[in-house]
Amino acid sequence: MIKIVHYINQFYAGVGGEEKADIGPHMQEGAMGPGAALKAAFGGDAEITHTIYCGDSYYAENTEKASAEILEMIQKVKPDVFIAGPAFNAGRYGLACGSISKIVQEKLEIPVVTGMYQENPGAEMYKDSIYIIATKDSAAGMRDAAPKLAKLALKLAKGEKIGASIEEGYMPGKARVNFFEEKRGSRRAVEMLLAKISGKPFVTEFPMPDFDRVAPAAAIDVKTARFAIVTSGGIVPKGNPDRIESSSASKYGEYAYADVNADPSTVYETAHGGYDPVYANQNGYRVLPYDTLLNYEKEGKIGSIHGKYYTTVGNGTAVKDSAKFGQEIAEKLLADGVNAVILTST
Amino acid sequence: MKLEVGYINITDIQFGNECKVAGGTLHVNQDCLKELILSDARIAEVSFDIARPGESVRITPVKDVIEPRTKVGTDEMGIFPGILNKVKTVGMGRTHVLKGAAVVTCGQIVGFQEGIIDMSGPGADYTPFSATNNLVVLFTPKADIQPHDYEQALRMAGLKVAAFLGDLGKEVTPDVVETYETLPILEQKAKYPDLPRIGYVQMLQTQGLLHDTYVYGVDMKESLTTMINPTEVMDGAIISGNCVSACDKNTTYHHQNNPVIADMFEENGKSLIFAGMIITNENVFLMDKERSSDWTAKLCKMMGFDGVVITQEGFGNPDTDLMMNCKKVEDVGVPTVIVTDEYAGRDGTSQSLADVDAAANAVVTGGNANEVITLPKMDKVIGTLQYVDVIAGGFENNTQPDGSIVVELQAIIGATNELGFNKMSAR
Repeated sequence: MIKIVHYINQFYAGVGGEEKADIGPHMQEGAMGPGAALKAAFGGDAEITHTIYCGDSYYAENTEKASAEILEMIQKVKPDVFIAGPAFNAGRYGLACGSISKIVQEKLEIPVVTGMYQENPGAEMYKDSIYIIATKDSAAGMRDAAPKLAKLALKLAKGEKIGASIEEGYMPGKARVNFFEEKRGSRRAVEMLLAKISGKPFVTEFPMPDFDRVAPAAAIDVKTARFAIVTSGGIVPKGNPDRIESSSASKYGEYAYADVNADPSTVYETAHGGYDPVYANQNGYRVLPYDTLLNYEKEGKIGSIHGKYYTTVGNGTAVKDSAKFGQEIAEKLLADGVNAVILTST
Repeated sequence: MKLEVGYINITDIQFGNECKVAGGTLHVNQDCLKELILSDARIAEVSFDIARPGESVRITPVKDVIEPRTKVGTDEMGIFPGILNKVKTVGMGRTHVLKGAAVVTCGQIVGFQEGIIDMSGPGADYTPFSATNNLVVLFTPKADIQPHDYEQALRMAGLKVAAFLGDLGKEVTPDVVETYETLPILEQKAKYPDLPRIGYVQMLQTQGLLHDTYVYGVDMKESLTTMINPTEVMDGAIISGNCVSACDKNTTYHHQNNPVIADMFEENGKSLIFAGMIITNENVFLMDKERSSDWTAKLCKMMGFDGVVITQEGFGNPDTDLMMNCKKVEDVGVPTVIVTDEYAGRDGTSQSLADVDAAANAVVTGGNANEVITLPKMDKVIGTLQYVDVIAGGFENNTQPDGSIVVELQAIIGATNELGFNKMSAR
């Protein structure tokens, strides 16, 4: 039997309203309050073994302490899934549901699902991290919300594939998931355009995210700077020793430069699958300009060159992975006293 | 401009002594095709195979897919003008199509961005070419051939085979005949005074180094943004010569059957006027991107479009062209819908596009190309499985002990097509 721990606030636990909002967390066996509707929705496939309730003010004002206490309670029970709320449009309750769900997911690695109204402040804050079922703005929406919460919770417990937000009813943000529409893309585009130009409502299939733009750093004195080269053009030692993928790279390489007097075609190659590799394979310095940099160093145009270069393949590689590579590479370069980097792409 | 298209339904392909279309079956004599292909000295050997819908067959590495078509009742116009036939404006008169048949070019890998077609199983849901009867042409190039030479040889051979097969439909009575017409600008408005004039902007992959698209034989990266009649595209005015990732490269078949063109014609005179089509490129230099997107916006304004659909090809670098086009077209007062796809990482949590702009508030997506799929072992492989770990979307040790292959959807031909060819989307 799939075990569920359900989190609710003092109001839904029947303890009291605002005057009881400062009570600390308590755990009780079995389902309470809205848990009854969830229990019905599970239809015997899962059991709410315990309910934890906590005052909204207590959680908001003592988040660290409250969450630690709640984690300890959950750890004793070891549920398969943790459900919080739904909080509907109750702001502090929504923030508590989002916060504790995220903490449970991260610290205990137990799958979590919560629910709330789309304008609840907890939604904007947590929808990118956890599954939040979109509910109506009041408890009258429990009838709609319970089957969605239960269905998603069961899928998570069984480790089944979670469908797209539009299919499962959670708020978009956590992950992009493929699914099949009824109409093909071109038809959807024509219909969306007709709606847009006539001022009718339409829903974009991909809301524009905030895009992080990097402000240029302050100028440095190149004559004293220590230079490194970092490339997403895939130049690796001949043979691609770390097997960096031709697309969607899962790693980057850290390599010493080969002897600059060697025929470049015998010491380097590109792992990149996004362009005709002939010219890069003939002469890797077309992508990794170490030869030019070396001349600059000899001519005193730059300070010095760091002995290692970093390389990956930028082709189809997820921005999240690229950011992770970049961060690690930057830390290594800083530790090695590098203060100027030439980034080459293809 | 008015084009009549006769669709001849093809339900099977068979090898035999003759080359003909009879009773919905395309009969092919391999020797005729061999002669046609081996006239190019860059190709050492060629062989053929047939893959039908529902068969336990995997085709890989696939380069291009082409639909057999032919011009009827004219000695002047020819299919694939400027590249296979002489330059003469097409898109008029009559065209016959072997609907349900496709030529699939396959063989030793050119770059990394060839793909997979599964004729059955879970992978079949992601490619339109699991639903066509495919004549697969398997090439072996001469030793030591350079990739760009091999690409060109293969491209031309595919076009030759498709045109040869298309010609077999010249005298056949089509099952369905459709007429497509774009009126001159003033006549459009006079005929449908109350309907919005909608345009289509097609971005063509032109990054060079095996990423090129040809229009009437012109390498599109050398062209300014220009206009084309949609019916010209149906006659093979635009052909694919690129190795963008399999999932979002527009094969020549996609161009011949551009779904935006089809759906706009479908609505023409009902909810909109399909007022015209702009083609622009996706070059790598910033100056080129600025110039081409400037021209896109300018032409949209000059044409007086009330709205446009903009479609992309490829991903990453072209995301910038897409955003420039979208923003500049919106800035001249023409509302846009863009069609793209996503690279949101295997778990879907990464940023989907390499560039974004707030102007892009109406987006259609072909789905997340990084999503992973397990393709079960097939009874037969046409081509070779030798490259399934190195093609874009494959990875090291992705063949399981039971013979199944794990790949990103990126490796499947047409999976996240950005012309909106498929039903797949993402949220």
